[in-house]
Amino acid sequence: MKACRFLFLLFFFAASVVELKSAFAETVNIAVAANFTDPAKEMAQIFKEKTGHDAILSFGPSVQLYTQIKESAPFQIFLSADGELPKKLIEEGSAVPDSSFTYAIGRLVLWSKKSGFVKNEDVLKKGNFTKLSIANPASAPYGVAAVEVMKALNVYDALQSKIVQGNSIAQAFQFVDSENAELGFIAQSQIMTRADGSGWQVPQKLYKEMRQDAVLLKSGENNEAAKAFITFLKGSVAKNIIKKFGYAIAGKP
Amino acid sequence: MMIQGLSNDILTSIFLSMALASATTLILLVLATPLAWWLAHSRARWKEAIAAVISIPLVLPPTVLGFYLLIALGPNGPGGMLASLWGARTLAFSFPGLLIGSVLYSMPFVVQPIRNAFEAVGERPLEVAATLRASPWRAFWTVAVPLASPGFLTGAILGFAHTVGEFGVVLMIGGNIPGQTKVLSIAVFDYVETSQWGTAHLLAGGMVVFSFCVIFSMMLIEKRLRQARL
Repeated sequence: MKACRFLFLLFFFAASVVELKSAFAETVNIAVAANFTDPAKEMAQIFKEKTGHDAILSFGPSVQLYTQIKESAPFQIFLSADGELPKKLIEEGSAVPDSSFTYAIGRLVLWSKKSGFVKNEDVLKKGNFTKLSIANPASAPYGVAAVEVMKALNVYDALQSKIVQGNSIAQAFQFVDSENAELGFIAQSQIMTRADGSGWQVPQKLYKEMRQDAVLLKSGENNEAAKAFITFLKGSVAKNIIKKFGYAIAGKP
Repeated sequence: MMIQGLSNDILTSIFLSMALASATTLILLVLATPLAWWLAHSRARWKEAIAAVISIPLVLPPTVLGFYLLIALGPNGPGGMLASLWGARTLAFSFPGLLIGSVLYSMPFVVQPIRNAFEAVGERPLEVAATLRASPWRAFWTVAVPLASPGFLTGAILGFAHTVGEFGVVLMIGGNIPGQTKVLSIAVFDYVETSQWGTAHLLAGGMVVFSFCVIFSMMLIEKRLRQARL
């Protein structure tokens, strides 16, 4: 009986918390490409401080998030790792027309946890390692870029047997960070706060620019928090965070 | 056209899943038999603690096991030391690595049915065999094992099927290498992710039929064995 009363109270408590929250602020659910995990977390925190709205983030490979959105996953904003998927969502009627814009340009880094191991592309040409980690090129733009770089350097065929694929750029990094792979192509943003290891920022001319587009989804059209986040994402505070994490910002929108 | 689309990639994944499941089942039968015997007959107080440890993968999220394996198989863990014997750095991203993961992950599915079967046989038939001057070793092979055969069969089928159905652990330590670690479940995941739903449907449907056949045949076999004994 006591337990029953406790549960009852708990229910009312939970209900009142939900009530309170909705009275003051709204919640926006954002699907975020895995490579943008760290900056998005920082943004959500500052967004909350500034507007009072809650931004709830879900991370994953862009294609997987896209599939979930098409199957009516409860997201209002999609921060993709590429420009294609937001465009597709608009064409298919799942996103608000003309709402997509480039929020960041991704940078590819070849990184190893061993200090001094990676200096430039020579390490790829020498090939004195057993495993090279990349994101799955079938689903992650960073994986596509990694393959482009290796092809541009004429080392792809030689290295193919050493490639291991992470399901997302997050997992590709995890393989390198756990030292199961000696090195890997990862996102600059993933190592911004790291003091260890060694890396080579891949020159932009070796791969196609990775424009990352955001889009407002149909379900967010009338959501105050969603609209506020889009404004926030275009503002200078967000841009500084984006740059701080090693992304480039697109020229005048 | 669809069949041509089935391509080597899929066939390789199917073959790999079957190879992994077969090898896992064989290893597990060898490991689980003495273990189950001990669990069934020991009077040690801490044996249930051991049984609990073996059963942990039943409730543990595969991601937890995958995370620990990623570290343990890596160059700084025991797996890396083992791998260095043949010049490799890590057991992750390799068939042996997946095998280790699968053995741990499917262990309870094999140990439990065999233990139950040994317990159901009980001490009595073995005592009778002993009075007929059978050595414990001979009694084990000629009395206990045949009587417990339904348990072995159930364990083997469950272990095999569960390994084919494994996903989370492989995703975390596999690295998606065709022919080495890209098993069937990962291939399905890949096809869904890349919007190749036609192929995904084909494979997923195949998995459903396969799973049904496994479970159904197990039920039939068990039923027949039970009737045969009565």
